[in-house]
Amino acid sequence: MSKDIRVKKGLNINLVGVAEKSTSKAVLSNVYAINLNDFHGITPKMLVKQGAEVKAGEALFYNKNIEDMMFVSPVSGELIEIERGARRRILKLKILADKEQSHVSHSNIDVNGSSVQEIKAYLQKSGCWPFIKQRPYDIIADPNTTPKAIFISGYSTAPLAADLDYVLAGKENELQAAINVLVRLTPGKVHVSVGKSTSSPMAGLNGIELHKVSGPHPAGLVGTHINKIDPISKGEMVWTISPQDLVIIGELILTGKFNAERIVALAGSSVKTPKYYKTKIGTEVATFLYASGVNGENFRVINGDVLTGSKSSQDGYLGFYNNTVTAIPEGDDYEFFGWNKPIFNKISSTRALTFSWLMPKKKFDLTTNTNGEHRAFVVTGQYEQVFPLDIFPMQLLKACMYKDLDEMEQLGLYEVAPEDFSLTEFVCISKQPHQQIIREGLDLLQKEIG
Amino acid sequence: MGLKGKLHEIKQKYKGKKMAPAFNAIHTFLYAPDETTHNGSHIRGADDLKRTMNTVIMALVPVLIFSIFNAGYQHFSALNGFPENFSLMDHFLTWDNAWIGIIKVLPLLAVSYGVGLLVEFIFAVIKGHEVEEGYLVTGILVPLIVPIDTPLWMLAVAVVFGVVIGKEVFGGTGMNILNPALTIRAFLFFAYPTWMSGDKVWVYEARERSEAILAGATDVDAISGETVLGYLAQNKGAAMDQVYSTWDMFYGFIPGSVGETPTLLILLGGLFLIFSKIASWRIMLSAVLGSLVMGLIFNQVVEMGWVTETSKFYGLMSFDFWKHLIVGGLAFGIVYMATDPVTGAQTNKGKWYYGFFIGFLSVMIRVFNPAYPEGVFLAILLMNVFAPTIDHYVVRGNVKRRMKRLENAVILPKDSDGKAAELQAETV
Repeated sequence: MSKDIRVKKGLNINLVGVAEKSTSKAVLSNVYAINLNDFHGITPKMLVKQGAEVKAGEALFYNKNIEDMMFVSPVSGELIEIERGARRRILKLKILADKEQSHVSHSNIDVNGSSVQEIKAYLQKSGCWPFIKQRPYDIIADPNTTPKAIFISGYSTAPLAADLDYVLAGKENELQAAINVLVRLTPGKVHVSVGKSTSSPMAGLNGIELHKVSGPHPAGLVGTHINKIDPISKGEMVWTISPQDLVIIGELILTGKFNAERIVALAGSSVKTPKYYKTKIGTEVATFLYASGVNGENFRVINGDVLTGSKSSQDGYLGFYNNTVTAIPEGDDYEFFGWNKPIFNKISSTRALTFSWLMPKKKFDLTTNTNGEHRAFVVTGQYEQVFPLDIFPMQLLKACMYKDLDEMEQLGLYEVAPEDFSLTEFVCISKQPHQQIIREGLDLLQKEIG
Repeated sequence: MGLKGKLHEIKQKYKGKKMAPAFNAIHTFLYAPDETTHNGSHIRGADDLKRTMNTVIMALVPVLIFSIFNAGYQHFSALNGFPENFSLMDHFLTWDNAWIGIIKVLPLLAVSYGVGLLVEFIFAVIKGHEVEEGYLVTGILVPLIVPIDTPLWMLAVAVVFGVVIGKEVFGGTGMNILNPALTIRAFLFFAYPTWMSGDKVWVYEARERSEAILAGATDVDAISGETVLGYLAQNKGAAMDQVYSTWDMFYGFIPGSVGETPTLLILLGGLFLIFSKIASWRIMLSAVLGSLVMGLIFNQVVEMGWVTETSKFYGLMSFDFWKHLIVGGLAFGIVYMATDPVTGAQTNKGKWYYGFFIGFLSVMIRVFNPAYPEGVFLAILLMNVFAPTIDHYVVRGNVKRRMKRLENAVILPKDSDGKAAELQAETV
């Protein structure tokens, strides 16, 4: 039975620089990088040494706590650099790509004939496991657990994010193959949500529970769907996975190869011709950024969308999970009487001499300026307007700040990921770092309770 | 290099120094800062706390301007009698009226802002945090809710008390339990009760003149500055009707605390705050409902004959229930003080209860208070104390739902045991 989700609370942030629906092939990158910060909470153990030759899909390192969990190279080439930070923590692995690519080939797995253990082992060995995330804690799923359900959001509502219907077109076979795997991993359902008024290639898949979603952002966030369909209680486990990563899993099942290829949206007002590029995980951003042209010098490159992405740079690399790269102007300038003059060119959730409410269709060109200084929580009722989950957002944030584990549990921290608080962070008058607060709260809860 | 560049240089130079917060407060007043986001949301909404506070101030400016004229209008009317055939331009918006306001109201405003911001700056420098904007609103509220003849030194003492004890000891803006402006008002009321009540403090010079007359002066005319509620508390409703019409009360041409009288302008200010989404309509609406309900109950009690004209409560109890909203400080309190987000209820459901009880208790205290026929500030302070309790029960409702779900939770065992068995089987 399909259950439709209508989200009422939220805010659509219309920005300049939506990627035009045409795809080019990005120039091949010389160097590919795996950024360890993409894998939250993972302690890597290296399997290959600097200077070693690796094939595409060959394991570079494994998870120290779960030794079967492999992290593989997106391309074949030479591991030229292991970039380390404080206390020799590994930050980045850089691979100089071969001209001729060679792949590790895995034997095909008979999904229906294999045991769950075998499937899990296969996914871990091939490097596809890290695509599966779990809640609570919003980390890579623990393969020793069994989720009560798996959630996939096939609907993107985040500002400037890649249109999933577009990038998934023609990938029905891979998606179906991956779904066939996922249904083996849970005794519960595999929930797939798609936009109500769109024609998603995911809508026709077998073995899933389809949900049609409508409403403003965060209607597309998987956390919203979980909360509306089957919220997580203490002790429960839910896995999530993003559809483009499903394609990689599907291809592994169909061909036995880890294919890191992915269609990425290059968007944002600092890009001259925002559009889609076909490229690979870990590629240099420069390989497609300059092909589209940039406006000015002083802009920020973001791995992901503007609300949840991580800060990168013009010589940065495409993240492991990202299907969007955004470039927007830096806002590191003062604005004369910026706090009291009428504002027409920025988005506001109030009408305090801010006029974005008059122009719901207008596309805004926002910068990275905070539009004010960090303050204690003062205004109330503001987050609730953009937060559709059955959770008290400010109370939960405060519980995380004063580290009350009982309250964090009771107020629903198990159900959320930092991205669920991206919109409350955007509208926050006190400019509090909501996502960081939630991340730290989750880490604490995991450390103390596990 | 313009002003912007110079200020930026100074800011860099004094970064981390003791006086930096004081400089930054003035700097950010001129220029919105050049701060950028880090990780998390890379873009942010246009509003900050300064803008929020500024919106409330904008909603208060018409009230302030009215109060400046009303100061003079009440003074001269008390001396010469209220004008017949009242005309706004001829009798109210005059230079004479404005002058009284300028010499009486503006000094109150100046002392309130001067002393309050000084305390804020000192605390910011000592504690090394930025100057927060909370006092911007408090500073304009304070002169509007005190009697016009309040001595400036008294106000200064009260402001220091209110800001330090009411706010800073709790950690500053956002952390306080009681509304700072009302803490200041309550301090004045309880520390200097003889000054703050009676019928001689509401009109400029009323007190001075009555003291002079007591001292034997014969060349001064006495001024009676009885408020509407004062009349009613003494069961002089009929006499009051002779002086003030209902429209006078609604427009605000009556004596009272400096800025509490113009219900019309307060109403417009409230609508502006609701429209701009700065203040909670839930609190305002439920407070109005609460006061109407209590007023109706009192009216009903009189109607039933339980309270007769001989009772000392008769005047206030028989006052038409809806008129409570247009006299005294009820409307002002509901719109500008009850809606303070820090000290009020913080959950949407809690706001309904919180507001309702403010209205309900305001009218109740107003009627039963033996010393002083007003109760709004006491009711709001009382509900400030109870707001966290209200929120607690609202949040508990959510927690209970979550706990209930726990009964049907699907908790699947970890399969590490099974895996270990499998591995063993392989090694054999």
